[in-house]
Amino acid sequence: MDLQLVSLEIGACLLGIAVLLVDLWTPAERKAQLGWWVAGGLVGVLCYSFTIFDQGTGTGATGYVKDSLAVYFQGYFVLSAVLVVLLTQSYATRIRSGISELYAFTCFALAGMSFAAGANSLVLLFVAVELITITFYVLTSFERHRLRSLEAGIKYLILGAASSAIMVFGIALIYGSTGALDFHGVARAANGLNDDSMMLLYQLGVLMTLGGLFFKLAAVPFQLWVPDVYQGAPTPVTTFLSTGSKAAGIVLILRLLADACPPLLGEAWLRQLLALMAAATILYGSLCALRQRNLKRLLGYSSIASAGFVLLGLVTLSDQGAQAVLFYLTAYVFGVVGAFTVISVVSEESSDEDISTLANLHQRSPLMATVLTLSIISLAGVPPLAGFIGKFALLSAAISSVAVHPVMPWIIGAALVGVVISFYYYFTVIREIFWGKGRFWAEEAPSTEPLPCPRAAEVVLLICLFGLIGLGLFPEPILFIAGEATEYLFSAN
Amino acid sequence: MSPLTYIMGLPLAMALILAVVPSEKRQFFRWGARLATLGSLLLAIYVFSVFDPPITDQPGLLPTQDTEEFALEDKYGYKFTQRVEWIPSLDIHYYVGVDGIGIVMVLMAALVAFAATFCAQEIRTREKEFYILLLLMTGGILGAFMSLDVFLMYFLHELALVPTFIMIGVWGRGQDKDFAAYKITLYLSLGALLTLAGVIMLYLQFGSFSLLSMMDHGTQFAAIEAGTFSVTEQNVIFALLMFGLGILVGLWPFHTWAPLGYSAAPTATAMMHAGVIKKFGLFMLIKVALPLLPQGAQTWLPILALLCLGNILYCGLVAMRQKDLNLLIGNSSVAHMGFVFLGIASVTTIGLTGAVMVMVAHGLLAGLAFGLSGYLYSQARTLDMEKLQGLLASMPFWGTLMIMALMAGCGLPGFANFAGELTVFFGAWKVYPVITTIGIWSALVIGAVYMLRAIRTLLHGMKGEQTPEVEDLKHWQRLPYALLVAVLLLFGFYPKLITDKISKSNATFEQAKKGQAPTEEATE
Repeated sequence: MDLQLVSLEIGACLLGIAVLLVDLWTPAERKAQLGWWVAGGLVGVLCYSFTIFDQGTGTGATGYVKDSLAVYFQGYFVLSAVLVVLLTQSYATRIRSGISELYAFTCFALAGMSFAAGANSLVLLFVAVELITITFYVLTSFERHRLRSLEAGIKYLILGAASSAIMVFGIALIYGSTGALDFHGVARAANGLNDDSMMLLYQLGVLMTLGGLFFKLAAVPFQLWVPDVYQGAPTPVTTFLSTGSKAAGIVLILRLLADACPPLLGEAWLRQLLALMAAATILYGSLCALRQRNLKRLLGYSSIASAGFVLLGLVTLSDQGAQAVLFYLTAYVFGVVGAFTVISVVSEESSDEDISTLANLHQRSPLMATVLTLSIISLAGVPPLAGFIGKFALLSAAISSVAVHPVMPWIIGAALVGVVISFYYYFTVIREIFWGKGRFWAEEAPSTEPLPCPRAAEVVLLICLFGLIGLGLFPEPILFIAGEATEYLFSAN
Repeated sequence: MSPLTYIMGLPLAMALILAVVPSEKRQFFRWGARLATLGSLLLAIYVFSVFDPPITDQPGLLPTQDTEEFALEDKYGYKFTQRVEWIPSLDIHYYVGVDGIGIVMVLMAALVAFAATFCAQEIRTREKEFYILLLLMTGGILGAFMSLDVFLMYFLHELALVPTFIMIGVWGRGQDKDFAAYKITLYLSLGALLTLAGVIMLYLQFGSFSLLSMMDHGTQFAAIEAGTFSVTEQNVIFALLMFGLGILVGLWPFHTWAPLGYSAAPTATAMMHAGVIKKFGLFMLIKVALPLLPQGAQTWLPILALLCLGNILYCGLVAMRQKDLNLLIGNSSVAHMGFVFLGIASVTTIGLTGAVMVMVAHGLLAGLAFGLSGYLYSQARTLDMEKLQGLLASMPFWGTLMIMALMAGCGLPGFANFAGELTVFFGAWKVYPVITTIGIWSALVIGAVYMLRAIRTLLHGMKGEQTPEVEDLKHWQRLPYALLVAVLLLFGFYPKLITDKISKSNATFEQAKKGQAPTEEATE
């Protein structure tokens, strides 16, 4: 057993346990400060995991690989976990009890995501997904005094459990038809399937497993939980859901498609199904976001639309598409974290998440106004920000696959329509920041007092600011390693 | 480093500097913006003046040392080039350089931008944000006119999108400014997205974003015979670019955002947008779509010629009915775009030269007209022409310039617009005699009707009863307007200054003319 291989996951778990222990000896008023240590610890774990990168790549036998794709996603997960932990710290005043548990659960979820990044067998896939989902059941309902948070927890629990059940049934079907659990073993066995009924079972199994993963990704028709859960969960948890949990689904889908389903990749129906889902997801997310006034709900729908774009990259079933997806996600994390951080700070003061609470933000806190504006613009995909390069890479991957993909022009058309629609609601947020009139039903004009920003949130905002502009102007390093990570993903088959 | 990099970089760098200056230092923002655009203008004049001699005579101005690139730059007449790797993974370079068309557009843009920073003095609140956005917009569009990498071109042009939205929303005027802000943003982003799809498809066809290697690779006819770049594909890409860029320019029937947006925008924004940014779509049509997709052009240009009648005729008629001065100028500016489209649709050397001349002339004119109407608004707080009468008596300098601007708008000889429009008609006559006839007729008659009517109500006669007290432009306030009029007259009386430069882009035109149907070429 090569423990070094999973040192990142062990490190994250140990960090979580350490926080729980240290909590016992920490005075109540200083517990929130633990967040700095957790964030620092996570950065340390990340640095350590790079030092051992070359020393061992797992074999199929362990069900876990540490290839460049896994490392890319693990870096991504740790980055978003660090940002989320810092955000949690600035959110701490609203958590009535158990802030340390919140940190610890974030670490445990990170461990699960990190396992997902390297999962190479159906068993580990299921375990990783459950590790993530179960921690999130707790996290979403963490603010027990808020009804909405409880509602979010229950909804996520029921729908999540149902999707897990579907997924585990799918895994059983795959195992039953191919007799293998390891991805490559599944692929080998599926190639040799002569029996039509067995092939059908295998295909059904793959579809059901994918369905469980699409639930994480929030793709139509598995998107119903998103708005309520995003709105109800504590803001840092929402952030982690839309960055970490979503990406865990994506890396698993990538691996499952590339490693376990080569016999299906050539099938037209799989491409058409994915393409249809991509178009439906983009349009559904964009259209539903149009009339939202609750900021977290709005971003929830926008995250559905983004999931659609990720699918657009996946549909191409090409290395180029996968590379674009990886870059898009990295760009996405800065936009989403930046936006949610500002929303978290602004909504604390007014205990409201209505879009009108942003009024006068440009005057009250130029930093927050700038970062929120840039985040939103980046999510909308406008130069010169990171999101634009991501969207550009996705679109060019999609367009270049038109030749092998007859339905693609329609999907691209739907995506373009979705983008134009999305401009409306994204720009509404910008309008509220710069010339919003506040609540139209309120008597008094919106406040113009300076809005203080907690130190931890400030750090997050600055990181996001540099990330958004830096990745927009100099995307090459990330694009390069994303290219490395996905180099032989699909073409190897 | 190429001087072009500085022309684009100065405004952008100043925007960065202004971002860290505390917002109380209001004078700093004004003068910072003026200084940066003045620097760009002076450099642009310098590049314009030394553009002509062969590049080998000028030590220190040698373009990229890469020999293959140099040969291409020499072949297509590009100078002051600079090429740096930017995003190798996506095969994107920072690649700038100008040919004859590029340099006249850069000069025009720098002139209008410089004037716009002076006309922005009406902004009295939140100057910091305004000037940062204005400089971003300026740097972006200056860069777009000099990009030789099609991705870079698109990227830099898009920098203007968000600033436009915020500027109209925050400093805009009128009841409808929110609606106008959304409308302009949604239209422009739709146009931009269609263009983006077209650009990506071009890249997939040519395997490069570099405009020059695309042009060189453009042995399209051979490719068509070999079946790699089919006419169908060309048609699709050309349609994407034509309608995408057409929306950005205000091609009928996608023009409705333009008058509304300009009338709601603050003065400097309207000047930059109507004068400069709107020209980008035309610029890209001439530089990218025509030479690279001759077969697609052959299919679509007759349709463009028909649609341009919509601009000239329909928008001219709409302009006749306007009571608001800004809406009148806005509609007339959309109508003027029709001439450029006509010139483009003709794909003759004369027509294209004329199109570029109209682009330059109209850029200066739109800047001037919106600047003047913006000044009037800052004085009178209204632009309703029924309330504003007989202004010439109280504002002689302003009134004189306004008359000149409106006269230039209906194509009076002596202004650059006349030279350009006439050239367009010469070029288009051979290809589209009927459309050209209708175009000339409406340009002369309809244009004259609304322009002269505006002069009569606004300027001549007795001061109206409802007309508020207004003050004329004083001292240095006259500078930006005088500058624009002077250049309009200069190019009007001596159009050779710009036609000489434009003719350096002959290689581009020649490649574009492959799209001409052979029969029509025979008649030339």
